[in-house]
Amino acid sequence: MSIRDQAYIAGIYEHPTRKASDKSVAQLHAESALGALRDCGLSAADVDGYFCAGDAPGGVQMIEYLGLNVRHYDGTEAGGTSYVLDVGHAAQAIAAGKCNVALITLGGRPRSEGVATGTTPRIYNISAPDVQFEAPFGATLVNLYAMSAARHMHQFGTTSEQLAWIKVAASHHAQHNPNAMLREVVTVEDVVNSPLVAEPLHRLDCCVISDGGGALVVVRPEIARSLKKPLVKVRGAAEAVKHSAGGQIDLTSSAAARSGPAAFAEAGVSPKDINYVSIYDSFTITVLTQLEDLGFCAKGEGGKFVADGNLISGVGRLPFNTDGGGLCNNHPANRGGITKAIEAVRQLRGEANAAVQVKDCRLALVNGIGGGALANKHCSATLILERE
Amino acid sequence: MSKSRDIIAPTPSPETEEFWRSAREKRLALKYCSSCKKHHYYPRAICPHCFSDSTEWRDAQGEGTIHAFSVMRRAPVPYAVAYIELAEGPLMLSNLVNCDFNKVRIGQGVRLCFSDFEGGKLPVFEPL
Ligand SMILES: [Zn+2]
Repeated sequence: MSIRDQAYIAGIYEHPTRKASDKSVAQLHAESALGALRDCGLSAADVDGYFCAGDAPGGVQMIEYLGLNVRHYDGTEAGGTSYVLDVGHAAQAIAAGKCNVALITLGGRPRSEGVATGTTPRIYNISAPDVQFEAPFGATLVNLYAMSAARHMHQFGTTSEQLAWIKVAASHHAQHNPNAMLREVVTVEDVVNSPLVAEPLHRLDCCVISDGGGALVVVRPEIARSLKKPLVKVRGAAEAVKHSAGGQIDLTSSAAARSGPAAFAEAGVSPKDINYVSIYDSFTITVLTQLEDLGFCAKGEGGKFVADGNLISGVGRLPFNTDGGGLCNNHPANRGGITKAIEAVRQLRGEANAAVQVKDCRLALVNGIGGGALANKHCSATLILERE
Repeated sequence: MSKSRDIIAPTPSPETEEFWRSAREKRLALKYCSSCKKHHYYPRAICPHCFSDSTEWRDAQGEGTIHAFSVMRRAPVPYAVAYIELAEGPLMLSNLVNCDFNKVRIGQGVRLCFSDFEGGKLPVFEPL
């Protein structure tokens, strides 16, 4: 059974906060849920499916806290891409008759809590089998991503300047977003002259650390048509997991190489049909790798593809992350998937900031990478959305 | 010579105790599968290539090449993580030590050595 045309993203909300020391994590989830339900004109009483991930302070607890009455619950954890994956899973649940109105929430406060995101080993579960073979060696998120960048440079001749163009494009978009954490336009020189964090990645190759929240409401077609917002349909969705395969690892590719083609096949479209992309941008190398793996350019050609403003709306061929993305706008709870889906829906509705709105935006792609690092293990989730 | 960084001690499981015991004796113990005739890393009871339970410990030659590395500059003591392509085949996540990080190159040969931490040793590599 395909989920093509079986579900619509009806409600979206990106919490405007970037520092929430005065709010609880559960409250950020709830305020985001309220925002997304108001956005589409539904209420909490209409919700019969709930989706959350590892940032939620307990999934069942969140259902209790929100006062929901659900008949479908999914707490799949796939790191920052969980919410991209959730849209596909919600569409499946709706197509199977398991729910009519699915609510997806995210919220977290890594900025107020002073989490050393990415730069120190983070041990979520000491019994996870990989931990004792990574943490003692000082492997962190940023140096694992950095090794993918180093290998990409070695194998394909990619340069720091080419990677920098990804941040430059994001900053061009963020200047128009009043809620963005970093609104200053930066240059390639600014990026490559910023301090090295983990070679070859500089400080400006890394996303922001922000508190925040977000929510999505996914509904069945009849309900979507009864609401006032422009119709944004889920046309294709897929996920895949890459891992270290017992030591036979390709550091330069992501699981988007499998989730992407599967989503394109379900949607019956190809990369050349896509008007706008939201691409997970924990680091600049994350974007470059996904663009290659999704087929927007050939493997190894990503550096040339992203250079010279090709990702800037109104300038280049493939406008991306027009809210400023995780690199400049927001990376709530260290998880950038939900804001990727939200900005894609804004573009399809024609609700993006005027200066970055893509003209006649009909087809958008969302891709997220999460649950590990680009180099050795992660989940990729791909969505193809269409304005009807 | 680089100053040493603080090492987070591993928490061995019954499945991996042999790996860390060998390291204390300055050996790198790999798992080899007698069914598919391949090594894998990190070590498991059941082979991740063919899912056979016919796996056994074999000491590595202790040689390899640098597949990728990254120097962590934003750390109190800068250190280098690396993927080492072991002579036996698998890539192993480890560290580069006893070298000038500015002179290290991908493709360079390395040999096994050990970093000390409280209660054990970490299998790491030095460029040749
Ligand atoms: Zn085997």
